[in-house]
Amino acid sequence: MKSKKELNVSALKDGTVIDHIPSRNLFKVISILDIEKSDKTISIGYNLSSNRLGSKGILKISDTFFQPEAINMIALVAPDASLNIIRDYQVVEKKTVTVPDFISGFVKCMNPKCITNHESILTKFEVVDKKSVDLKCIYCEKITDQDNIRIIHPH
Amino acid sequence: MKNKSLVSITDYNRDEILRILELAAYFEANPVQTLLQGKVVATLFFEPSTRTRLSFETAINRLGGRVIGFSDANSTSASKGETLKDTIRIVSSYADLVVMRHPLEGSAKFASEQSRVPVINAGDGANQHPSQTLLDLYSIQKTQKTLDNLTISMVGDLKYGRTVHSLLMAMGHFNPTFNFIAPDELKMPNEYKRFCTKNKIKFTEKSDLNSVIDQSDILYMTRVQRERFQDPIEYEKVKNAYILRLSMLSNARPNLRVLHPLPRVNEINIDVDDSPMAYYFEQAENGVYTRMAIIASALGVI
Repeated sequence: MKSKKELNVSALKDGTVIDHIPSRNLFKVISILDIEKSDKTISIGYNLSSNRLGSKGILKISDTFFQPEAINMIALVAPDASLNIIRDYQVVEKKTVTVPDFISGFVKCMNPKCITNHESILTKFEVVDKKSVDLKCIYCEKITDQDNIRIIHPH
Repeated sequence: MKNKSLVSITDYNRDEILRILELAAYFEANPVQTLLQGKVVATLFFEPSTRTRLSFETAINRLGGRVIGFSDANSTSASKGETLKDTIRIVSSYADLVVMRHPLEGSAKFASEQSRVPVINAGDGANQHPSQTLLDLYSIQKTQKTLDNLTISMVGDLKYGRTVHSLLMAMGHFNPTFNFIAPDELKMPNEYKRFCTKNKIKFTEKSDLNSVIDQSDILYMTRVQRERFQDPIEYEKVKNAYILRLSMLSNARPNLRVLHPLPRVNEINIDVDDSPMAYYFEQAENGVYTRMAIIASALGVI
């Protein structure tokens, strides 16, 4: 018999678990995955203690599986994130994230004078430093660094 | 080089830069051309820049082409809220080439993606102004007979000055030595110093203009603008330190030439104008030949 105080977050029948998200960027990951409007059961763990990250976040999203492009976008703000794909209570796949070489959409250019912030244009960035995550806008040529990454969605 | 837009100086490699300079020399010797006969070039100036526009339009006329366009966005449908995308789509269906000046950064790159014809960037905000860089290179090559192994001292606003940044990148192909002379508030940004280090380009950073003049082949002057200073007292302290006077050139190398992207305010005293080392007015003239070369090359007519 389960204790009444225990929350029902551990068991996931089908879905995706994303672990090792730095706490400060948890909500950016939520935004990248565009799950704010999801009607699925989502458990969010925030400011959990972590030996590796100090403070981490975790997401358990039921009945949802993500495209590889979206998963790699997570690497921009959570380079150590790990994903477990769950089917019928079993981990069927483990994934890590890789910072892509090139990013289309998702990120807003931080330069207020950039044309992409004035007209409806899909942003495009070259990742010039994968370690510190520096994104160079192919239009205005300015760098958007990791701390200034703001997530946008085309719709 | 056929049908190629020129958005950023980094679009051209070393050989392409040298090819443009060779063409510019050809057009200087033969300024009356018919290469653009029957062609229409649109000059779209979403912000005013009389000097650049007249230079481009002279170049188009000298090549025998015709010009359409505007010199101020207020007289266009942009003032009614038309997007740049729509304007470029339409104009590029009228003209064979688009020359564009726009206050927003990255607008030229975007226009080149939307346009059906090549786009030449005549300045996109504080970002790029590649025809200025090429005319600077042409002026340097013409006065020094080479681009290789020169000592170039850049003076003034090295923080915000896009001309010095582009010139630095372009000269990177030719093993230069740079001296960066600027007040503390307007020093060369780290990303450009890193570019130098990475490409094994020698540079020094100083605040005293006099200390470098006698070792320089090119003195590239820029304007120190009062509005760049947070503290007006700081501006008052440094403003006179970056003014070039004739007396300061007395021990300069005989081949030294003084360049300036213009407009000049007071950073070059007028007593320098009559010195054989003053080259900024000829530099502006060189802009026409360089732009003839850029246009002819972009259209693939030569």
